[in-house]
Amino acid sequence: MKRAVITGIGVVAPSGLTTEDHWRSTLAGEQHVRELDGRLVGQVPGFAAEGSVDPRLIIQTDRWTWMSLAATRQALDDAKYDPAAHDPYATSVVLASGSGGNEFGQREIQALWSKGRRAVTAYQSIAWFYAASVGQTSILHGTKGPNQVLVSEGAGGLDSLGAARRVIRRGTPAVIAGGTEAPLSPYALVCQSTSERLSATGYRPFDADADGHVPGEGGAVLIVEDAAAAAERGAQQIYGELAGYAATHDAHHPERPAPDCAQLVRAMRKALADADVSPDDVGFVFADGAATPALDALEAQAIREVFGRPVPVTAPQGHIGRLCSGGGALTVATALLALRDGIVPAVGNLARPGHDLDLVREPRQLAADVVLVNARGFGGFNSSIVLKRYREEGLRDAG
Amino acid sequence: MVTGVGVVAPGGVTRAAFWDLLTAGRTATRRISFFDAADFRSQIAAECDFDPRAAGLTPQEIHRNDRFAQFTLVAADEALKESGLDLRATDRDNVAVSIGSAVGATTRLEDEYVNVSDHGRNWHVDERYGSRFLYQALVPSSAATEVACRYGAHGPAAVISTGCTSGLDAIGHGHQLIEDGEADVVIAGAADAPISPISMACFDAIRATSARNDDPEHASRPFDATRDGFVMGEGAAVLILEEFEHARRRGAEIFCEVAGFANRSNAFHMTGLRPDGLEMAEAITDALGQARLDPTAVSYINAHGSGTKQNDRHETAAFKRSLGQHAYDVPVSSIKSMVGHSLGAIGAIELAACVLAIRYGVVPPTANLENKDPECDLDYVPKNAREQRVEVALSVGSGFGGFQSAAVLRRWSS
Repeated sequence: MKRAVITGIGVVAPSGLTTEDHWRSTLAGEQHVRELDGRLVGQVPGFAAEGSVDPRLIIQTDRWTWMSLAATRQALDDAKYDPAAHDPYATSVVLASGSGGNEFGQREIQALWSKGRRAVTAYQSIAWFYAASVGQTSILHGTKGPNQVLVSEGAGGLDSLGAARRVIRRGTPAVIAGGTEAPLSPYALVCQSTSERLSATGYRPFDADADGHVPGEGGAVLIVEDAAAAAERGAQQIYGELAGYAATHDAHHPERPAPDCAQLVRAMRKALADADVSPDDVGFVFADGAATPALDALEAQAIREVFGRPVPVTAPQGHIGRLCSGGGALTVATALLALRDGIVPAVGNLARPGHDLDLVREPRQLAADVVLVNARGFGGFNSSIVLKRYREEGLRDAG
Repeated sequence: MVTGVGVVAPGGVTRAAFWDLLTAGRTATRRISFFDAADFRSQIAAECDFDPRAAGLTPQEIHRNDRFAQFTLVAADEALKESGLDLRATDRDNVAVSIGSAVGATTRLEDEYVNVSDHGRNWHVDERYGSRFLYQALVPSSAATEVACRYGAHGPAAVISTGCTSGLDAIGHGHQLIEDGEADVVIAGAADAPISPISMACFDAIRATSARNDDPEHASRPFDATRDGFVMGEGAAVLILEEFEHARRRGAEIFCEVAGFANRSNAFHMTGLRPDGLEMAEAITDALGQARLDPTAVSYINAHGSGTKQNDRHETAAFKRSLGQHAYDVPVSSIKSMVGHSLGAIGAIELAACVLAIRYGVVPPTANLENKDPECDLDYVPKNAREQRVEVALSVGSGFGGFQSAAVLRRWSS
């Protein structure tokens, strides 16, 4: 079976406009949640489409797509992968989206209802829908491989990576995967407030005082490649192997959390089995950290059940907010950097640990070969990914 | 294996009513009744006469969900009933959900926006005037959640949103979940409900939709020399996909198998298509290869056939490129001539039509095809359905963003 490895990372997040800035800020534990029009949000400060996106494209696309294009550019540069240097069918784009081009959409609906249908721009038909970022990315970089767009709220970032591996196993050597989100338009914020999961005081995963999350924008794009193809083209770095992935659904109630953590446990165990590792092989866990008392308790219980030992758990996103589909992708990026540098960042914004877990309070030196990442989506989506330090001898073993 | 089909389509909200419409060659396109469209360039659409309560949804399901998710639930229900699958006796950890939608809850998002913005006056909107369920509208994964929760499906669930190929891609995704052993059963389909002012206005702005407002019944004219764009539609279709052994063990009736699925991108233009049909041809060739079928084995092609000049020529070229001389011999039709173009839903509705074509031995026609575009010189089954045994059906789709998809269905014989 083909192995999928990550060879490039691009980040646009409240914590930084580059991968290394994000990593430095995450390790330093800097708080990026701020007030915007009376609400707490995780905004990407200083992000401007100008400079990273072609001006002709800027007017045709939403902020979410600008971030996606900027993160993709970084990821391709980081991987030193130029799609134009390969067969056009050798590259795919598989991204997650949650709220699509909501700001663009709000502006156009506003124009329609206040000024009439002739005020709606020609670009509305291509800017707001959930496939816009994938379509634009594929056109910009000339990629003709199978594209995909996944919507599974907060689990989407991980699901896009699972789908990317499926594309690789079916013969496309390189995939631009991950996702960004820009859900801070006034209307998107109102929509999110109806989830009854927003906090007015801050996003504190696993804190005894957790009372919901803060919405944030940004995300990450990763270059996922068939390991053999990456070796053949002389890829200079491999952050890790996407060794295991699984998704389940609580299928309990469209709004309320499930009464137990059975399906999250199953997603984690299936991802571990898929990666052919045991829970004891896992060095640390990047948790979903939904930051409602019930959801945190269920995830804590799931982690205890799967590991049966105090495995180090972190959730640095407490400093930046929940980025919907962008969040899972960014967490995978952060987890790969933690593997690379042998240091685990602390849980973000944690003052009073509230669960029986080994929560990482300060960045912890920890050389590990395997990390597990969880991401959950509103409505009951559970996804888990197992990342492994990449070893070439494994490639030979696998034949 | 396909063991169940459910359809919500214009002209009749059940699989049987849909098939009656197609085989009679009737059209369900009409003047828009959902809102006053007098000021719009295109004032016509294929609307569903849909009563969610009569269709079996609970008051809370109706209140919580946009029309597209309501369609999804109704189509899923019909498909599951037909499949005879007893969910209580099924390992629901291995039941997955894959739902396509191009624009999700756009209608509810717009309706609610009118309230919270006070008719578009305020940019900083007032949430007190909004529904409690706006988050389910903002992020359309809610449709997959609704299906999973209603049936207790604990397998992988997702909404696939690749624009106008969403339906084909969602069923293709479901097929791959079974191939990869991630599910035994997949509730796979697609839904869209885009007949709303903002959707009509945005397609008006690019003149993609038909302005044949004085003759709505004949407005959707794929491959006809006088066509002038697509006619907006709405609806849903859901297929029950089942791993062969799983279906065999429970003695299910198997209607056909998904023998191949492939997709490509044209990397050309968000709305434009090159006339050579190259990438769609690649997808067709890949899908036939997975099915281990020679191009000459194709007995029916369900075309994308949106009724834009660009599309009709693009896919005609793609069929010739991928099937060679056989393209001239195989019947090709577009049911969009009858049920309109329901964006992401239509790919699933068209696959449902292919399943029924295989099952009943009838090829649906292309309604309204009077004078073929001279550049479109294949057999498009004008106006009247044809009784014909269908062994292998090919269905294709093409969408904004450059998406090109193809699926191959094959009659099942044990």
